[in-house]
Amino acid sequence: MSVLISLTALGGLTLLLAIMLIWANKKLYVFEDPRIDTVEEMLPHANCGGCGFPGCRPFAEALVNGKVLPGKCTVSTDDGKAKIASYLGVDVGAEEKWVARLACAGGTNVALNRARYNGVKTCQGAALVSGGGKGCFWGCLGHGDCEAVCDFDAITLNAFSLPVVDVTKCTACGDCVEVCPKDLFSLHPISHRLWVNCKNLEHGDEVLEDCQVGCTACGKCAMDAPGNLISMINNLPVVNYSLNHNTQVPIQRCPTGAIVWLDDKQGAVKGTESKKIVRKGERLEGFS
Amino acid sequence: MNQESLWSIFINAVLINNFVLAYFLGICPFLGVSGKMETATKMGGAVTFVLVISSLCAYGLHSLLAAIGAPYLELISYIVVIAATVQLVEMFIKKVSPVLFNALGIFLPLITTNCVILALALFQTNKGYNFVQCLVYALASGAGFTLALVLMAGIREHLDLAEPPNIVKGTVLTLMIAGILALSFMGFAGLGSN
Repeated sequence: MSVLISLTALGGLTLLLAIMLIWANKKLYVFEDPRIDTVEEMLPHANCGGCGFPGCRPFAEALVNGKVLPGKCTVSTDDGKAKIASYLGVDVGAEEKWVARLACAGGTNVALNRARYNGVKTCQGAALVSGGGKGCFWGCLGHGDCEAVCDFDAITLNAFSLPVVDVTKCTACGDCVEVCPKDLFSLHPISHRLWVNCKNLEHGDEVLEDCQVGCTACGKCAMDAPGNLISMINNLPVVNYSLNHNTQVPIQRCPTGAIVWLDDKQGAVKGTESKKIVRKGERLEGFS
Repeated sequence: MNQESLWSIFINAVLINNFVLAYFLGICPFLGVSGKMETATKMGGAVTFVLVISSLCAYGLHSLLAAIGAPYLELISYIVVIAATVQLVEMFIKKVSPVLFNALGIFLPLITTNCVILALALFQTNKGYNFVQCLVYALASGAGFTLALVLMAGIREHLDLAEPPNIVKGTVLTLMIAGILALSFMGFAGLGSN
């Protein structure tokens, strides 16, 4: 008897609720522009946030409402953007491609370690132990947190444990910028080719003790650069990208090759006077 | 029938037997949404809202199930009815007041199945509260939850500017603060008779 009662009671209850919800779903339906769904389908579903919106759906809503243009999406291909633009009847809104740039060249071949780190193999973990094992406090720790966090496989560690950004795959979503405990990544338009490849705030031989390609703050690039393009701040050259920076003059006399010209094909091109790297693959030596 | 005064119920639920800090219910939103004061107050509001609704549902269901002689169905039917009702209310708010929906909407589905909600329904049935007592109990529980959340959010906002040792940053620190808050709330234990 009690089985019957409970069956009917629960069955009746759920049936009642179901009917109520179905009715409410129809009666209380809120109209949403159906184009939002279609546009969302056309977007890459990466939800990376590179466009400045929390995800693809909010971006689709903004697109349909005409607040942004499809060009803002950093992941879509040109074809994809053109499709969305023609569907909504708007301009594509060409945006310059942005990429993540790494400000360190201190791979294991050129930068010394002052301690061996044997903990969890992440940069975040290594940075917790008095800043990691590197001689240079500002340098890349090389455990590849950025490689792991990148959703687009755009970052790979090279043979010297230094991350290399594949600019064709990079969408400037900013995940690597956030994850790097040394703040070595930053987002830049791809036209920013004159690049300071170091973050070491020391100067002179103190830098060279730790790393052969560090900036020694000699200031030659700032002197050679036209106008006020480069200024020395805190022992580092700072490029003023609001001026015309399409020049390879400043990199030429750099003794260590810390300021480079980033070429899409050849990678970082050093100046003619930068010295060859002598030491290779040695670690922990030269420190007492 | 329970003869507890409304004032006593209120103080009991807000301070002495605070759902979060004494019963350790609803820890998930307590840790998750207590980062910012603004979201904390909104979450508190949403929880109070759902608590009142579920309290009303539970009261009605209790009498209904008692009438057909099947009180053992309380637990399962509470869950079903509360979930469905909150869903309904969510749709209703979305239709009637988009502003309110934007403020509370995303929190509502999150808390429908939270243990605080079910605990309230079960506690009020166990204690045999009447309709008004149930209502006060629900409101007070919501207020207690909001109080805990706001306290936590306030402390965490201040901590953003402090420099705790790296080893305790993040969840660790949050849990430690929660523990200290719970300890300090034990001081209220002598306030009422239970």
